[in-house]
This record gives sequence, C-alpha cells and structure tokens, in this order.
Amino acid sequence: MFRNQYDSDVTVWSPQGRLHQVEYAMEAVKLGSATVGLKNKTHAVLIALKRAASELSAHQKKIIPIDTHIGVSIAGLTADARILSRYMKTECLNYKYSHDALLPVSRLIATLGNKMQVCTQRYDRRPYGVGLLVAGYDDQGPHIYQTCPSANFFDCKAMAIGARSQSARTYLEKHLDEFPNSETDELIKHGLRALRDTLPNEVELNTKNVSISLVGKGTLFSVFDEDTLARYLAMIEGEEKRSSQPESGGDAAPLQPPEEDSGPQDPQPATAMETE
Amino acid sequence: MACGTPHDMFSANPLWHNGPIPGGFYNFPGSKTAPLYSGAQRFHTPVTTGTSVLAIKCDGGVVIAADILGSYGSLARFRDLHRVHKINENTVLGVSGDYADFQHLQQIIEQKVISEQCLDDGFALKPRSLLCWLTRHLYYRRSRYDPLWTNFIVGGIQDGQPFLGTVDKLGTAYEDDHIATGYGAYIALPVMRDELAKAKQSGQPISKEDACKVLERCMTVLFFRDARSFPKYEMITLTEEGYEHHGTKTVKANWEIAHMVKGY
Repeated sequence: MFRNQYDSDVTVWSPQGRLHQVEYAMEAVKLGSATVGLKNKTHAVLIALKRAASELSAHQKKIIPIDTHIGVSIAGLTADARILSRYMKTECLNYKYSHDALLPVSRLIATLGNKMQVCTQRYDRRPYGVGLLVAGYDDQGPHIYQTCPSANFFDCKAMAIGARSQSARTYLEKHLDEFPNSETDELIKHGLRALRDTLPNEVELNTKNVSISLVGKGTLFSVFDEDTLARYLAMIEGEEKRSSQPESGGDAAPLQPPEEDSGPQDPQPATAMETE
Repeated sequence: MACGTPHDMFSANPLWHNGPIPGGFYNFPGSKTAPLYSGAQRFHTPVTTGTSVLAIKCDGGVVIAADILGSYGSLARFRDLHRVHKINENTVLGVSGDYADFQHLQQIIEQKVISEQCLDDGFALKPRSLLCWLTRHLYYRRSRYDPLWTNFIVGGIQDGQPFLGTVDKLGTAYEDDHIATGYGAYIALPVMRDELAKAKQSGQPISKEDACKVLERCMTVLFFRDARSFPKYEMITLTEEGYEHHGTKTVKANWEIAHMVKGY
C-alpha cells in the first residue's frame, strides 16, 4: 500500500530529513509539458509546449496572463495553477485599487511563496502540484521567476521546467551569455530552440502546440496569436535539431521499485492526474 | 378578581397579577431594561485644526507651504505645529483639518513606509500611490459615517515628473499643477492661477524661486484675510535635486492700510 513509512503526511519527516509528500509534489511538475522562460535587458519571454488530451480535443492553455505586466506559464496540475493564478490576479488588482500602481514582481512572488509554504507545513493541506515560470516587468526591469511546490522560488536569468526540460536548460546554460544583449526576436528564437530540444524525435513545434508570450519595456503582457507564432516558428525552421543525447537529470525517469533490504527508502511517485 | 374588590385571606389570588398593566410595557424579569439612548456617535467635530495648505508644481518639482498654527476653534492654541511632512525621499504630505485625525493617519503611513523599507526590495512609496491610498482610506471612513476630518495635499516626484494631488475628507481626489485647501481655495488659488497662466504664456515652466515667491505672496494675503491663519509658516520644496526645508518664515504684515478697509 505505502511505498514508504514516512510519506503518509506532509508534515512527517523521514529519518533522512526529507518531506516525502513535498518531494512527490515536486515530481508533479516534471509530469507537465515543458515551458521555457528567458529575458534580455528590456523584455521577458515565456514559451510553452502545449498538449492535447486527445486527438479530438484542443490543446490545453499553458500561459495565463496575471496583469498587464505579469504572466505565468505552468507545468504540473492545471487545477492548482488556476488557483494560484487567480490568487496572483487578485493580489495585482488589490494593489492597483489601493495604490494606483502595478504590483512589483518580486513582491507578488514573495506573497505567493508565503501562501504556498503554508501547504507544506500543515497536516490538513497538500502542496500545490504545480511549478510556475513567472515573467514580469516593473521599475527594476524584466524578471523571470521560477516557483516550486516546495514553496521555493528563484529569480532566474533563464529557466525551463516540465517534462524533459533538462535538455532546454542545457541549451539555456550554453547560450546564457548571449541573452542580455539579444534583440527580442533573437531571444524568442533562443527560447524556441530550447523548447525544441525537449521534444521527442517524432514531434515538431507548430502553431498548435506552441505558445509564446512577451512582456517588457513599453510592451504589455501578451500571448501571441497564431499568425505571429507562425512568423517566429518560420525563423527557426530548417535549423539542425540538436543531436539526440541520452536524457540527463532524471526528469520523467521510469518508476523504480524501491530496492530491498536497505532500510527506509526514498520513494518514486506513481501518479495519474491531469497535468499540463 | 376584578379591580377595586378588597383582597383578603378568603378570596382567591387575582387571576392577573405581576403581569403587565393593560396597554403598558412589561420588562421580563432578569433582562436589562432598554437603555435610554442607543447607538454610537458617528459624527464628531474637529478639535485642533490647521487651516490652508498651498502647493504649486514648478520646474522639476513642487513647492508646498502651510502656516504652523493649530487652532482650538478661534483660539490660536498651538503656535508651532508642523503641517507639512516628509514621507520619503520623493514624497511630502501637507495637511489641513483635524490634527488628531492626521496623526492617526500619520502613524499608519509611517508604518507603511517602515514596512516597505524592511522589505529592502528597492521599491519605495510613490506620491501617486500615497494619494490613492489616502483616497481609499478617507472614502472608506466617510462611508462608515465616521469621516476623518482632514484634507491632504500630496506632492513629490513620480517617475522623474513633478506630482501634485489632493484629497478631501470625503475621499474626493484630483491632481492639478496648483492646489490649495481650506480657505486658501477661495483666496490663494486665483492668485496662483494667475501666476501660472503668466508662466504658461511665456512658454517656460515656473521656476522654483518664482513659485516660492508666489506662495509667499499667497501666505501674506491669507494672513490678512483668513481669521484662522498665522504669520509664521513653513515652506518646503521637493525637486530632482532633493528635499529642501526653507525654514520657518514670517509674513511681513502691514496693518497701516487697515483703517481703509470698510464695510465689515
């Protein structure tokens, strides 16, 4: 029944000093499809890979606008992402109402982090099973933040989360120095290339399964329409795809049964929930 | 037993005793009687008050002036009461009306500023945000039928541009390039408007020095015409160069002409 003696409750520590329920929630992020965020000196970009539940259904939306200066891209449980994005929208609106100004991105992320942390410390709660990439622009310039179910958040130069996202991170790390001085179009191309590296061989990026959004100086947060998407996809068309390498980092690794006779084990998650 | 019949040991108890007098009120035993007055007092009248605050937008900043009198009705009670306050490096706040109500808000605002400094995230309260927050608070209070009896002028630098706005005790707010509260809105505003119109004709924004002179003249006129005013006032400028307190100034009054004023 249980994979582990110490994972029945979020608030229970394992003898190794770990919170297994929180770690399972972290795994939910890796079940969602990949999404990439990066920024130059004036703009922040989010690019996401969308999935369709079946041949007959449309692709699930991955990028959610929060305010005119902030938007998020999700990986993990869609339902949890909707709760969090509604909270963020409310925070931004309340700030706008009481202060006639846009909520600084760092403050929004800090309050969101506090909200998410509560769920990791109470036995009657569960962590949010979603990771977010937050793109925003304020007086201090463009921002890319990553949030986790563990309620950690990171101010990033560039980041990728979701299934097979290690490949995208490898790309981003390789080209990190180019981003700050890139033109915005160039930045979007970098993002698309990073996202393309997460794809299995038989899949290609197209206007249906890609979502791009942009925010920055003089640019309100917007998700591109299909015509604009096609224009950007055309820019990276025909470029050589990264030589397929074995996946590193263990994202979406096959489930391993715990090894026998070696004391308490760190479990592997088995899950069947709606993730995007 | 009917009323009026003698009550003796041979008779039964009256059928209706200890009950309410027909047509009267009955207080059930054990419960309190209703208080004579109920409800809470909502409106209160201002006690220690300040009169007008004047402010003008000038080239690269704002100038704001107010006298330093706290009145008890018509009694000139406190003669060193500062009504223009520095909120942070880019915001000043001038207040007229009830000084106690202002001090209540001042405490909240100071805590807001401190809390923001503690975050240490590089963001500071901007004048427009302060004006908006004051507007929401004052409108909330008037909607509770418990208004704070204060009018505010918020001045400062908002994203490199001069900012000037005001809000009254009902939460009515607006921005303008010259603002006066209280009696000054009747007496000083036309003077300020004329001077700014002159500057506009010349095509140049009014300089800081000229704006100070306009306010000096306005404070003099107000001292002559406003019975709650005071000859000592303070003047503050906030420009791109920073905050500057010009000290406590004194109106040069000339009452020689007083005998010529007739008809009052």
